[in-house]
Amino acid sequence: MAQIICRDLTLGYDNEVILTGLDFRVDEGDYLCIVGENGSGKSTLMKTILGLTPPLSGSIEWGEGLSAHAIGYLPQQTLVQRDFPASVREIVLSGCQNRPGFRAFYKPEDRQKAERNMERMGIADLSKRCYRDLSGGQQQRVLLARALCSAEKVLLLDEPVTGLDPKITQEMYELIRSLNEEGITIIMISHDVDEAVRYASHILHIGKHVFFGPRDEYIRSDVGKYFLMQEGGGEE
Amino acid sequence: MSEMLGKLAYYMEFPFVRYALIVGVLIALCSSLFGATLVLKRFSFIGDGLAHVAFGAMAIAAVLNFTNEMVVILPITVVCAILLLRTGQNTIIKGDAAIAMISVGALAFGYLIMNLFSTSSNLTGDVCSTLFGSTSILTLTTKEVWLSVILSVVVVIFFIVYYNRIFSLTFDENFAKATGMKVELYNLLTAIVIAVIIVLAMNLVGSLLISALVIFPALSAMRIFRSFKSVILFSAGISVVCALVGMLISILAGTPVGSTIVAVDVAAFLICYFIGRARN
Repeated sequence: MAQIICRDLTLGYDNEVILTGLDFRVDEGDYLCIVGENGSGKSTLMKTILGLTPPLSGSIEWGEGLSAHAIGYLPQQTLVQRDFPASVREIVLSGCQNRPGFRAFYKPEDRQKAERNMERMGIADLSKRCYRDLSGGQQQRVLLARALCSAEKVLLLDEPVTGLDPKITQEMYELIRSLNEEGITIIMISHDVDEAVRYASHILHIGKHVFFGPRDEYIRSDVGKYFLMQEGGGEE
Repeated sequence: MSEMLGKLAYYMEFPFVRYALIVGVLIALCSSLFGATLVLKRFSFIGDGLAHVAFGAMAIAAVLNFTNEMVVILPITVVCAILLLRTGQNTIIKGDAAIAMISVGALAFGYLIMNLFSTSSNLTGDVCSTLFGSTSILTLTTKEVWLSVILSVVVVIFFIVYYNRIFSLTFDENFAKATGMKVELYNLLTAIVIAVIIVLAMNLVGSLLISALVIFPALSAMRIFRSFKSVILFSAGISVVCALVGMLISILAGTPVGSTIVAVDVAAFLICYFIGRARN
C-alpha cells in the first residue's frame, strides 16, 4: 500500500531550482535510503517531505491516515542539545505533542506511550538521567523514542549515525532494521552509501543522475556502480 | 538582630516599601521563568538589548511629557523584541550583531534625546536611576503596582499553559516544526512576553542590570539540576529569594536596590557553581 507518492517534484528555494522531475513512491514497510553527493538536495527533499518547504511544482500524495505531520522525524543533533539540562523522559514525552487541537498538558496515554517507546529503544532505565550525560548512541535512542511517540507508521531519519563510533553505528543500523521488521516504514538520508545499500529495500539517488528503484537494481545500475565505487574508494 | 528587625518593621509600615517588595518578587519570578530558554537558545543578551531599547523609549516618553510612560515603552520594546528574535532564528551571528546594534544605538539615542530636550534640573540623576533603577521601585504608584501584578499573573499563566511547547521549542525547533507546531507563532508570543518582562524589570533593577535578573537564576539552576522542570522551578525559587534578600539588605544597609539584588544573584550563582562541582 502506498504511503507517499511524489510526482514530478521540483525542489528549491525561491528562484533557485535544485532538482526537477523527481518521481518516487514509498510503500508500507519499505526501507528507503536517500543518497547523493553533498549539495544534491537531500536536506531540501527531506524538508519538503516534512512539509517545511513547499515544492516549487509537482505533488506529494499521502496514503490513508498520513500527512506530513504524521511522520516521526529524527533530526540531526544541534549544538543547543549537547548541553541541554533535560531528563530522557521529558524529551521522549515531547514527541507526544503533535495531536490535533491544543492541549496544555500530557495525558496518561501519552505517558504510557513514552514508557513503551523507551522500553522499545532499551533506554527505560535511563529515563531519569540527564540527556547531556548520555553517550552519542544513547542520545540517538532517546531521539528515536521521541520520533516513535510522534508517529507509529513512518520514520524519517536524517543521517542517524553521524558522529557515532563504528560499533555504535552498527547497533544503530540494527535497531533501525528491527523497527523496519516490525512494519515501520523507514526513510533514511545517508551519506554512507555502502551501509545504505546493505540495509535498504529501495534507493533514491539524487544529484546529477537520478535513480529510484529497488536496491538490487541500484547495485547493477551505472549510477550505483559508479557511486559505490567512488564512495567505497573514498573511505579508505 | 532585634535592632535590625525593629528597623525592618518600621520600614514595613510604609506602603511604598510593601509595594516594592511585592512587585520586586513578582518581577524576579517572571524574569527567571524564561531565563533557561533564553540561555539555552543562546539568546542571553536579548534582555540587555531590549532593556536598552526600553531606555531609549523611556527617554522619548519623558521628552514628550507622557504621564504614563508605559504607553510608549511597552509597544516600542515589543516591536524590537519581535524583530530581534526573528533575525536570530536561523543565523546566530546575524542575530548577535543585530542585538548589539539595536542595543547600543538605542542607548546612545536615549541619552542624546534626554540631553537635548530634557527640562529636568538633575539630568545625571535621572539617567542614573533609569540605568541602575536606584529609586524607581520605591516610587511606584498604586496603579503601577496593579499593572505589574496583572502583567506578572498573565506571564506566569502563559508560561504554565505553554510549558510543554516552550520545552519543545527550546530543545529542538526543527522537530517541533516537523510535527506541525506553529513555531513562528510561539516565537512571536515568547518575544512579546519577554519584552513585557523587561519593561517590568526596568523598575526594579534599571535597564543595565536586567540581563542579570534573567540569566543568573537559570545559570545557577543549571549548575545543579539535570531536568528541565527542576531547572525552571529552582531558578524561579532562587530568583525570588535573591530578590527578597537583596531588597531587605538594601533597605537595612541603604544600598541601591538593583545592584544589591544582582550582587546577591551573583553570590547565589557562585554557591551553586561550587555545589555543582562538588557533586561531580
